[in-house]
Amino acid sequence: MGAYLIRRLLLMILTLFGISVIIFVMLRVVPGNIADILFDAAGMVSQAEKQKLEAELGLDKPIVIQYVNWIGGLARGDLGYTYVSEQPALDEILPRIPVTAKLAGLALMFSIVFGVPLGVVSAVRQNTLLDYVLRVISLSGLSLPSFWLGLLILMAFVRYLGWIPIYTSQPASLWDELLLLSIPAAAVGFRASALLMRLTRSSMLEVLRQDYIRTARAKGASPAAINYKHALRNAVLPIITIIGIEAAFLIGGLIVTETVFNIPGVARFLVEAIRWRDYPVVQSLVMFIAVVVVTVNFVVDMAYAVLDPRIKYED
Amino acid sequence: MRSRILSTAAVTLAVAAIMTLPAAAQKQGGTLKYYHRDNPPTTSIHEEATVSTVNPFMAVFNNLVLFDQSKPSNSLDTIVPDLAESWTWSGDRKQVTFKLRQGVRWHDGKPFTAKDVGCTFDLLLGKAKDGLRLNPRQVWYHNVENVRLNGDFEVTFELKNPQPSFLALLASGYTPIYPCHVSPRDMRTKPVGTGPFRFVEFKRNEVIKLARNPDYWKKGRPYLDAIEVRIIASRSTRILAFVSGEFDMTYDTDVTIPLLKDVKSQAPKAICQLRPTGVYTNLLVNSEAAPFNEPKLRRAMALAIDRKSFDDILGEGQLGISGAMQPPPEGFWGMPEEMLRSLPGYGKDVEKNLAEARAIMQGLGYGPDKPLKLKVSTRDIAIYRDPAVILIDQLKKIYVDAELDVVDTTIWHRKVTRGDYSVGLNLTGLAVDDPDVNFVENYTCGSERNYTHYCNQEAERLIAEQSKEADVEKRKELVWQIERRLAEDVARPVIHFQRAATCWYPQVKGLVLHQNSIYNGARFEDVWLDK
Repeated sequence: MGAYLIRRLLLMILTLFGISVIIFVMLRVVPGNIADILFDAAGMVSQAEKQKLEAELGLDKPIVIQYVNWIGGLARGDLGYTYVSEQPALDEILPRIPVTAKLAGLALMFSIVFGVPLGVVSAVRQNTLLDYVLRVISLSGLSLPSFWLGLLILMAFVRYLGWIPIYTSQPASLWDELLLLSIPAAAVGFRASALLMRLTRSSMLEVLRQDYIRTARAKGASPAAINYKHALRNAVLPIITIIGIEAAFLIGGLIVTETVFNIPGVARFLVEAIRWRDYPVVQSLVMFIAVVVVTVNFVVDMAYAVLDPRIKYED
Repeated sequence: MRSRILSTAAVTLAVAAIMTLPAAAQKQGGTLKYYHRDNPPTTSIHEEATVSTVNPFMAVFNNLVLFDQSKPSNSLDTIVPDLAESWTWSGDRKQVTFKLRQGVRWHDGKPFTAKDVGCTFDLLLGKAKDGLRLNPRQVWYHNVENVRLNGDFEVTFELKNPQPSFLALLASGYTPIYPCHVSPRDMRTKPVGTGPFRFVEFKRNEVIKLARNPDYWKKGRPYLDAIEVRIIASRSTRILAFVSGEFDMTYDTDVTIPLLKDVKSQAPKAICQLRPTGVYTNLLVNSEAAPFNEPKLRRAMALAIDRKSFDDILGEGQLGISGAMQPPPEGFWGMPEEMLRSLPGYGKDVEKNLAEARAIMQGLGYGPDKPLKLKVSTRDIAIYRDPAVILIDQLKKIYVDAELDVVDTTIWHRKVTRGDYSVGLNLTGLAVDDPDVNFVENYTCGSERNYTHYCNQEAERLIAEQSKEADVEKRKELVWQIERRLAEDVARPVIHFQRAATCWYPQVKGLVLHQNSIYNGARFEDVWLDK
């Protein structure tokens, strides 16, 4: 197990190195850089002045030197300065991470709390009216575009019910913030819960047909014990995998939600940075998301062994 | 006798009281809340060419002179003193001397002097050692020979040629005075001004905050305690926030014509004003690339433009027609409609224009079986794409088989400047409704923004001549001659000037929107809240 862990950690480092190279190169392959955009915004085309700005930002250096400078800084915890606001990139990124983390956490919680139990119910009550209703709900969750759903929710909760304001000022307390974020989290979590519901249902249906479930029923185990202790525990592995993937996706995948609900999080900031070709911010944020994804995958893999004693990681 | 004196005094007092009523009615305090559609690139007005920067930060600064914030029209007659208490022109109209206000302090407490004016113009003229990163309006000051400081509180601008509209350039929101002691880099992030509001913070994607300057030199101003500008990228969200009453007003000209009806129905108390945005949609034809180097072909393309259709589709018939200068009644220099109708392609008889265009095309060897194939390049932004699609449809009628070429906004100007296009659909913004701005920037030989590289010696002569002309009526005649020349040469056919609305709730008082510029009226020092 120890050797396996070390191997996984080394693989994680290699993966992150690969991502760092890919994102660095890809950003420079995309047409235009910050100087192009600034000059474009100003309607100016003086090549001499543009080259001066590129030199000032170090964009005239060979790409390898630029990469070494960046990765060296990253190793020291220095993410560089954003090209747009000319502030340390870390100062711009750090305050936004908790906002997105709270939103993603709430959305994930919503999806698990609703998706898994309803998936179990749908499987246990297969082909009943309740099952059909839940399947329609889960299908609509998967097919409704999140920006459209978000706008509908905003219309309902802001305009007509007046329950929440639009995120236009920093909430006074953590509780207020969580309340404010709960609506967008539900909008995001709806899609994820639909996915979990369908997956839980199919996984449960497979397990419920196994011999050991029949044995448990024959031994007189209660339906709750059969469904949740015996069946769900054995059906949970693919669900855990999807929860892991969703958790990683949510950190970087909340662009539309943050834009529609006007939440000042990381995802919107990343899109803004890409638009400006603000390399230090984009590179750092992509690396941050990569670290989250790789770590979550690692945690999910480790969770397999805890949840299913039959799984052993060989040294 | 005594009673007459007393009664006269009483009447005088009563009249005085009545006269001071409006002032007494103005309330001090409160935070004006509105939203912004986007993050301004930086906080430095001199380094940006977007109203996104001018709008929230103009209130931080003062100019030497300013377009009167209480008058809706910008013209040479509405320019009022700001940091300059007065000004005088020399006999030959080549020097203008400003007497500066004394006792003014920057927001950090340092005194304002003529040196700051000198430093600002060193930056703008490209003479400063630690210069601007971008200097988009250097071309405005091509006529400035020297800026001479006469002591601490007087400054003289020496011009190469007389230029009456020079004052209009100084009066724009684009021409604030910067302090000597703050670097351009700091001005891009933490601007220091002398204006009615101090800069507090700018959090990208979140908020811009300004607070009342308690030491403002204009006593009793500003009325507001603070201004809070929330940045909301999604148009649907910000409009929803406005109709829900979370903001006192919308961002200036953020409400499009189609959206205006929705806003009015959902927020019936809101007051909305539709006006020109100062941006015009225009056609770029690369006259240096075959077959577009053939003037007849360019003329045929100009004749194919059906402006009324553009107006009906994009502006619900409220855009009107125009040449290069903003049309009346809001625009000061635009041609009268009957004169405009006589320009090529502006006639009301669209079929006649098309027949002439088709005849030209057939003469050049094109026809229904042999259409001219081309790409219409434009930026990947809806306000560019939508008219480009209409243009493609209209060009079909003169045997042009056009295809839309959507260009990433980051490489648009590079592509156009290199001449790497055949036909383009472009938008051009004007900060000051003055020919010296529009013609010099967009139609003179060698100007950076003259994307079609139009260069005509007669047009150059007329542009220089109108710039020197002090008589407004004579200048208008010259401007209209230039308009005709540009239209006949198909320099950059203008399709229409855009219009959009600004809305606010009745509690916002003292707000006067300028009708012929959205760049010059965001000082907010006379605005107050009746809450």
